[in-house]
Amino acid sequence: MAQRKRSWARDAFWMTLSVVLMIIIWDLCVRIFKIPSHLLPGPIEVYKSGAKNIVPIVAHSGWTILAVLAGFIIAVAVAVPLAIVIVLSPTAERMLYPPMVAIQSIPKIALAPLFVVWFGFGVVPKVAVAFLICFFPIVVDTIVGLRSIDPALIQLARSMGATPRKIFLKLRLPGALPSLFGGLKVASALAVVGALTGEFIGSDSGLGYLLISASGMLNTALLFAVLVVLSVLATAFFYLIEVLERVLIPWHVSQRAHAH
Amino acid sequence: MNARLDIADAVDAANPVAADRAFIDIAGAAKTFVGQDGGAVVALEGVDLKIRRGEFVSIVGPSGCGKSTLLMLVSGLVEPTGGTIRIAGAPVTGPYTDLGFVFQTDLLLDWRSVLGNILLQCDMRGIDARKHETRAQELVNQVGLKGFESKRPFELSGGMRQRVAICRALLLDPPMLLMDEPFGALDALTREQMQIDLQTMWQRSQKTVMFVTHSISEAVFLSDRVIVMTPRPGKIRAILDVDLPRPRDLHIHETPGFSKIVHEIRVMFQDMGVIHR
Ligand SMILES: Nc1ncnc2c1ncn2[C@@H]1O[C@H](COP(=O)(O)OP(=O)(O)OP(=O)(O)O)[C@@H](O)[C@H]1O
Ligand SMILES: [Mg+2]
Repeated sequence: MAQRKRSWARDAFWMTLSVVLMIIIWDLCVRIFKIPSHLLPGPIEVYKSGAKNIVPIVAHSGWTILAVLAGFIIAVAVAVPLAIVIVLSPTAERMLYPPMVAIQSIPKIALAPLFVVWFGFGVVPKVAVAFLICFFPIVVDTIVGLRSIDPALIQLARSMGATPRKIFLKLRLPGALPSLFGGLKVASALAVVGALTGEFIGSDSGLGYLLISASGMLNTALLFAVLVVLSVLATAFFYLIEVLERVLIPWHVSQRAHAH
Repeated sequence: MNARLDIADAVDAANPVAADRAFIDIAGAAKTFVGQDGGAVVALEGVDLKIRRGEFVSIVGPSGCGKSTLLMLVSGLVEPTGGTIRIAGAPVTGPYTDLGFVFQTDLLLDWRSVLGNILLQCDMRGIDARKHETRAQELVNQVGLKGFESKRPFELSGGMRQRVAICRALLLDPPMLLMDEPFGALDALTREQMQIDLQTMWQRSQKTVMFVTHSISEAVFLSDRVIVMTPRPGKIRAILDVDLPRPRDLHIHETPGFSKIVHEIRVMFQDMGVIHR
């Protein structure tokens, strides 16, 4: 336990150090090469712009966070049961898999304009794009996880008189969690891409909208401020899932640490 | 031979079905697998074997000759493509659960502690695990894993993991044990200790044991009878009685009687071309 805490503290230390170093290098580059601020503003300028626009940035962030989380959560809620059905029933697999792959082959970004036509300019089309884009990796990784069980383990359980239900709940499902979390991490990044895409296409809210309008006004400092906020939000989302992983499957996380 | 067998005989005499003294009765058992490419793999062919209640039988044979398959057929986990299996007179048609099965790999669950893995027996059977915690702890102590009960499998060595798998099979004190190379992952010293402990446990508990191993001397040391199998398709080449007194200790390796049987089996493998001169 003590060891784990210390390594958390160490992680935080190195992360802070690398961020501080990057900011210093950024600042030095801008000063030394005299880069015009409409191309690359210095960190202080970006900070000032962010501080000045803090109210709109927070408000627009709220919309983006909503779209990302809603799209992601709906995707999990649909993808995981679907993966279970596909694994349990060959018929379901034959029926559901081809249309899924077909949908997956369409670039989701291409659907964003259609969603604007269907759902208007509100948050719904963004949720829809975020959902679609992170749905597939979750399904696939959950299926892979559920299938990864050692057939001999099922035999062992049967020799103990276990029912199929028990084998599923106590062996297959926990065994699938590491792979499922792999899918969730990929999906967490994709959900942000999806929501932003939706906001680019047609919107009057969200960080994607703010980016487009800052770019239209050649307000590069604001553009960078929004980018920084975006990357902080996306990173926070990713780590949220990591924390969840540590809580739910500590056995897997510590095993991974062990292997390093 | 000893008191233990006399009791077993008395039990069998009282039971008309087991009167022929076969607790496990394998008659003409055969198994052909359909391979991934659609081709047939004959794993076992016409295996006849009767095992008495309380008997310790080892199976030796080259890799791929169907030893594991034979245990799977006996446990009812895999259906034979020919012949029948009876246990205590009743034909085996589905998984036979009144046994402890040690598989060739340890099959420990990463998300359970050592104790939790042993108690998997209870969870799978729908028995209250708390009632068997004491017994699980005793077994852990017996196999020298005291202090490791709350460790996760990845913190254990291969040999330790296999010992946990053995404890899991023994937890509910089953009358029958199927063991598929249980000591394969152990170092030589631990292996000899485990052989002695298994013999002691078996002598005390009168379990019927089918024990698969690659080690000829291990088979002879432990068994009442050693079944020698041919290369695939697996058939029984010979059944050897091991009439050495029990309890046996490790010095039995140096006795002429022991060496003679080991030699006999080795010659058989040479004749079958499994071991080259
Ligand atoms: N599920 C299966 N599907 C197809 N072929 C199989 C299957 N299980 C076993 N076999 C084949 O049957 C033969 C016997 O396998 P088995 O595992 O019983 O051998 P074994 O004697 O236990 O070998 P080893 O000593 O290496 O463990 C092998 O040729 C193997 O390829
Ligand atoms: Mg085998």
